[in-house]
Amino acid sequence: MKKIPAAKRKTVLTGLLLLAATVPCGPVLAGEASPGPDLPATLINLSYALDTFYFLICGALVMWMAAGFAMLEAGLVRGKNTVEILTKNVALYAIACLMYLLVGYNIMYGDGVSSVLPSLRFFLGPDNSVEAVLKSGGKTYYSAMADFFFQVVFVATAMSIVSGAVAERMKLWTFLAFAVIMTGFIYPVEGYWKWGGGFLDAMGFLDFAGSGVVHLCGASAALAGVLILGPRKGKYGPDGRVKAIPGCNLPLATLGTFILWLGWFGFNGGSELKISDITEANAVSMVFVNTNTAAAGGLVAALLLSRLWFGKADLTMALNGALAGLVAITAEPLTPTPVVATLVGVIGGLLVVPAIVFIDKARIDDPVGAISVHGVVGTWGVLVAAFTNPDGSLLTQLAGVGTIFAWTFSTSILAWLFLRAVMGIRVSEEEELEGVDIAECGLEAYPEFSRE
Amino acid sequence: MKKIEAIIKPFKLEPVKEALNEIGIRGMTISEVKGYGRQKGHREVYRGAEYNVDFNPKIKIELVVSAQSADEVITTIREAALSGKIGDGKIFVLAVENVLRVRTGEQGPEAI
Repeated sequence: MKKIPAAKRKTVLTGLLLLAATVPCGPVLAGEASPGPDLPATLINLSYALDTFYFLICGALVMWMAAGFAMLEAGLVRGKNTVEILTKNVALYAIACLMYLLVGYNIMYGDGVSSVLPSLRFFLGPDNSVEAVLKSGGKTYYSAMADFFFQVVFVATAMSIVSGAVAERMKLWTFLAFAVIMTGFIYPVEGYWKWGGGFLDAMGFLDFAGSGVVHLCGASAALAGVLILGPRKGKYGPDGRVKAIPGCNLPLATLGTFILWLGWFGFNGGSELKISDITEANAVSMVFVNTNTAAAGGLVAALLLSRLWFGKADLTMALNGALAGLVAITAEPLTPTPVVATLVGVIGGLLVVPAIVFIDKARIDDPVGAISVHGVVGTWGVLVAAFTNPDGSLLTQLAGVGTIFAWTFSTSILAWLFLRAVMGIRVSEEEELEGVDIAECGLEAYPEFSRE
Repeated sequence: MKKIEAIIKPFKLEPVKEALNEIGIRGMTISEVKGYGRQKGHREVYRGAEYNVDFNPKIKIELVVSAQSADEVITTIREAALSGKIGDGKIFVLAVENVLRVRTGEQGPEAI
């Protein structure tokens, strides 16, 4: 398709809008009364295109979060396990896209058999026809394909939460098999209950962009995996001692966090689902501002807390703090004021640091803090929406948390147990000591650097 | 012929190299090593878990010299590597049986 240069596009758009402004509101065509919003076909075209474009760009930003997760995790594991975690990250993204295309999207957004039971259909249907869109008077306002694209990158995000928690000791192919189950079935079902219009949505459960549907879900699957997998060898001493296993590349971890921060503007911003009028444009802008300020609050809070508690400014805690802020605001980034959004992020940052420490003390080994960031703070994000959104109720939010966790955790446990029986879940002790890069991938990430 | 092995603090490598060049030493081999002696390690905190880093980074310089110049070499190294603080390192002197230059095949003191 030929690309129209940006300057020319802007001129045409401005001209058309000025022209449209001269048209009186009311019956447009001579003698014809219109039932719904009375927009000339051109405006419907433009508005549809703008909203579709917005969806696509936001989807692309969320896709970029996959790179963020990959870099963050690669930086926080040891050099001998880096290739494997990168492989997990690129492959899970691809698997998520394929499974969601195959069946997941329609489970989540199909008509459903009941408010609990989703329906089953494969592949995607056709997009909206021009006639159908014009006939709707603009009520159908974006491409169905764009909707799929925007949603598919979300399931990839949920799945990538698991990869960090099980790092350094899980078999690669077992993980990928779980990814098939999670992205094709576990996530779409609980997503259907809220965003697909199922019973959680019907009871008034709030989750704007997915603190519960995406982050808590991913963390629940991760927790199930970690409990069955067990900790890394030597991580916990017999006297309750926790052995530090430092990450090999903190520049990558930092870069990954910034990439996630950027991608989150698409994650939350796109979840407003529309931008093409003044109200919506303002709403999207508020979402961007609140998302950013929550991350900032979370980072500063976690950094200060780590300084006060450990005596040092732990960069990895600061990074987790920023992510915690982002996760916390994700359930409701629109209704709070920026100051309140900052506080939501701050509390997320203050929660994530002790969560990381105490989960470690409970001998649950989570190399990147995924369960703390996405599970503990995901829960906080869902619950605080009851207070920041006037339509929210604490009881309903709790019901949502309980449902999402119970469903995801139990189905994941079954899946992990099944996979352990069928193909094994953990690499051998020798492979773990040698590094899963050699064992599973036959490659080294940093072959020119001497290894420990 | 003697082999000198000097373990020094990494930031002392340049001063030691310059000092050795000044007394006519024109070659050496270095490696990055870790070690500790009386200099204890330090404590670090990673995500709330405290741990000891016992091994400190050092540079090991190896060079083979004639027996007569060994004393001058180790004195030169010591003066350049000295900081006065714990962890300055150690110098070992070993006897060498033979030396061979790969390119020409020369052996003995001419090959140094």
